[in-house]
Amino acid sequence: MIEIFQNYGSDLLYGFGQTILCSVIALFFALILGSIFAILEVMPNKLLQKISKIYIEIFRNIPLLVITMIFYVVVPMYFVKISGFVAGTIGLTLYSSAFIAETVRAGILSVDKGQMEGALSNGLTFKQSMRYIVLPQAFKYVIPPLGNQFVNLIKNSSILAFVAGFDLMYEGNVIAADSLKSISTYMCIGVLYLIITLPLSYYMQHLERKLS
Amino acid sequence: MKKTIFRLGTALAILFALVTLSGCKDESLADKNILKNDQTTKTITWGVKADTRLFGLMDVKDNQIKGFEIDLAKALTKKMVGNKGQAKFIQVTSQTRIPLLANGNIDAVIATMTMTPQRKRQVAFTNPYFSAGQSLLVKSDSKIKNIQDLNYSGAVVLGVVGTNSVQNVKKYASKAKVLQLSDYSQAFTALKSGQGQALTTDNGILYGMVSQNPGYSVVGGNFTNDAYGIAVSKQQQPMKRAINQALKELKQSGEYNRILHKWFGSIPGFNYKEAEK
Amino acid sequence: MHNFLAAYSWINIRFLLIGLGVTIFVSIISIFFSSIIGTVLGIIRYRKIKFVSLIVGFIIDIIRNVPLILVIFFTYFGLPEIGIKTNPLWASILALIIFESMMIAEIMRAGILSIPKGQTEGAIANGLTYGQTLRHVVLPQAIKNMVPALVSQFISLVKDTSLATIIVLPELTNHAQIIYGQNTNYTIPMFLALAVMYFIICYSISKVANYYEQRVEKRLAK
Repeated sequence: MIEIFQNYGSDLLYGFGQTILCSVIALFFALILGSIFAILEVMPNKLLQKISKIYIEIFRNIPLLVITMIFYVVVPMYFVKISGFVAGTIGLTLYSSAFIAETVRAGILSVDKGQMEGALSNGLTFKQSMRYIVLPQAFKYVIPPLGNQFVNLIKNSSILAFVAGFDLMYEGNVIAADSLKSISTYMCIGVLYLIITLPLSYYMQHLERKLS
Repeated sequence: MKKTIFRLGTALAILFALVTLSGCKDESLADKNILKNDQTTKTITWGVKADTRLFGLMDVKDNQIKGFEIDLAKALTKKMVGNKGQAKFIQVTSQTRIPLLANGNIDAVIATMTMTPQRKRQVAFTNPYFSAGQSLLVKSDSKIKNIQDLNYSGAVVLGVVGTNSVQNVKKYASKAKVLQLSDYSQAFTALKSGQGQALTTDNGILYGMVSQNPGYSVVGGNFTNDAYGIAVSKQQQPMKRAINQALKELKQSGEYNRILHKWFGSIPGFNYKEAEK
Repeated sequence: MHNFLAAYSWINIRFLLIGLGVTIFVSIISIFFSSIIGTVLGIIRYRKIKFVSLIVGFIIDIIRNVPLILVIFFTYFGLPEIGIKTNPLWASILALIIFESMMIAEIMRAGILSIPKGQTEGAIANGLTYGQTLRHVVLPQAIKNMVPALVSQFISLVKDTSLATIIVLPELTNHAQIIYGQNTNYTIPMFLALAVMYFIICYSISKVANYYEQRVEKRLAK
C-alpha cells in the first residue's frame, strides 16, 4: 500500500482534488436546486407542486449512472460538447438535488404550521415568511440529514470514473491497471475516501445527538 | 466533540489493522494446479472480451459471445481436455482481466492481450496467436491522418483502461491528452459523441468497429508491432505448456487458419495473412 | 424516428428484458439478505454489548463511508485471494448485501432509538424478557417508523445494481450498453428505455410501499 502511495502519489492527489472539487460544485448547485424544488412543493400552487413532484420523482428513480451517461454520451452527440468531469458533475448535481429537495421539504414541514400562518397574518408575503421565518428554522432541523446527503454525494462522485472524469476512483482504476496490484490500490482509494467522508459523517452524528 | 474525535480515532485504528491483516493471506486459488483440475472437470474457464467485434462480441440475438478468440478457445479446449471438453466464458475488460487471472478466478485469458514486457512480469504468456499493430480510428472527414497529427496540446485521444495502447500514445504523441474509458463500446460511443479526435487500439479491433459503422476510418498504418498471447498465471507452467502444445496442433492441422479466415478473411483493408503468426 | 423503430426490435427488447431479469434477481436476493443481516447488525450496535457493538459499529461506519464501486471491486478481486472462486453475479450480490446491510443497520438503529425508552422499561417490568420486548414491543413500532427510509434504501439498491456493469455483470445497463455499443444509432432509444424501465421498477416499489403503509395505518385507526 505504501508502495502505491510512493509511486503514484501525484496521481492519487490529483484524483483526490478532483473528487473534492466535483463534490463541492455539485453540493453548491444541488443545495440551490433542491431548496427551490422543496419550496415549490410546499407552495399553495397546484401546478408548481406537480412540476416539482415530477422533477423529484424522475431523478430519484433513475440510476445516477444512467443520468450521467446521458450527459456524457447523448448531449454531446446532439447539443454541446461537454467533458466527462462536467457531465459527471451535472449528473451528480441533478441526482442529489432530488434527495436534497426531499430532505429540505421534510424540514419545512417539521416547522410548526402556526408559524407560517402567524407570519402571513402579520402582513408578510409568502416569500418573506418563507425566507425569514420558516427556512432558517427548517435548516436547523435538516443539517444532520443534509450532511448525510453530502456524504452520499461524495461517495456517488465515484460515478466520474465511468466517464473518464479523472476523480479518485478513475485514478484508482488506472493505477490498478498500471501497477497490477488491484487490492492494495483500491485500499489506498478507500482510505482516501474515508479521510473525507468519515469525519464528516461523525460530525453529523455529533450534531444530531446535540440537537435531540 | 471529544467523544466524536475518539470514535474517529478508533475507527481509523481498526481500519489500519484491517489493512495490515489483509497483507497476510491464505492459500489462494491461484496456487492450485489448474490444468489437473480442469482435466478432471473437463472444463476450462476462459476470460474473454464481449465488446470487441471479430474477437469476442456479445450477440444480442442469442445472448452468446462470438468471435475469433471464442472459436479459438473452444478449439483449444477440445484439444486440451478431450472432445467433450467445455469452454466456459467469463467476460472481462482490459481492466479486470489481470486481477482475475492473478487471483485464480479464470484459468486463462484470451482477450486481445498484447504481450508487453511489463505484463510479462505479472503473467505468463503462451506463444502468440495473432499479430496486430496499433492504429487510429477517426471520423472519415477528420484531418488526422497519423499519430503525429495528434501531437499537439488540446488533442484528445480515447483508449481503454488497462490497454498498452494508451501508454504508447504517451510515447508517440506526448502532448495529447488520453481519456481512458472502461471498455471498447464506451470508447467508441465517446468518439461518436466527440469526446476525442481519435480512438486508438490494435488495428484488428478497429476494423471490427469500422465494419459496422460507416463514416469512420482506420488511419495512420500500424505504428507499433504487437502480438497477442494467451495469458495464464505465472504459477501455472503446466497449463501454459498444454496451451502451447494445443495451439501448435491447431496450426498444423489447418484449423487455426480456418478460424482466422472465417473472421478476418473478408475484412476490407485488413491483411489477414499478416495476422497469422 | 426510424432509429427508434429499429432500436426497439424484438431482438433488442428481449436482450434488454434478459438484463432486466438479472437486475431484478440481484435486487431481490440482495434486499432479502441485507434486510436480515442489517436488522441483526443494527440491534447489536444498539444493544451496546461490550466490544462486539463497538467493532460492529466501526465496521458499519467504514463500509458506509466508501463508494459501493469500491466494495464491488473488493468482492470481485478479493474473494479469490481467500480461496473462493467467484463470478460477476455472486460478487455483485455479495457486494450489494454487504453495503446495503450496513445502510439498513443504521436505519434500524435510528428506528429503535426513536421508540421511547419508557416502553422497553415498562415491558420488562411486566415480566417480558429483553428478546420478547424487542420482538413484540419495540421492533413492530420501529419498523413502522422506518418504512420510508427503508423503502428509499431499497430503491437505491435497485439503482445501484447498475454500478456492477463495471465488472461486466450482464444486467440492464450493461445490456443496453452492448446494444448501443454495436450500433450507435441506438444510443438515445436505449437510454430512453433504460430510464423508463428503472423508473417503472423504482416508482412501483414506492407506490406499493405507500399502499401498504396506508392500509396498515387504516387498520390501526379502526
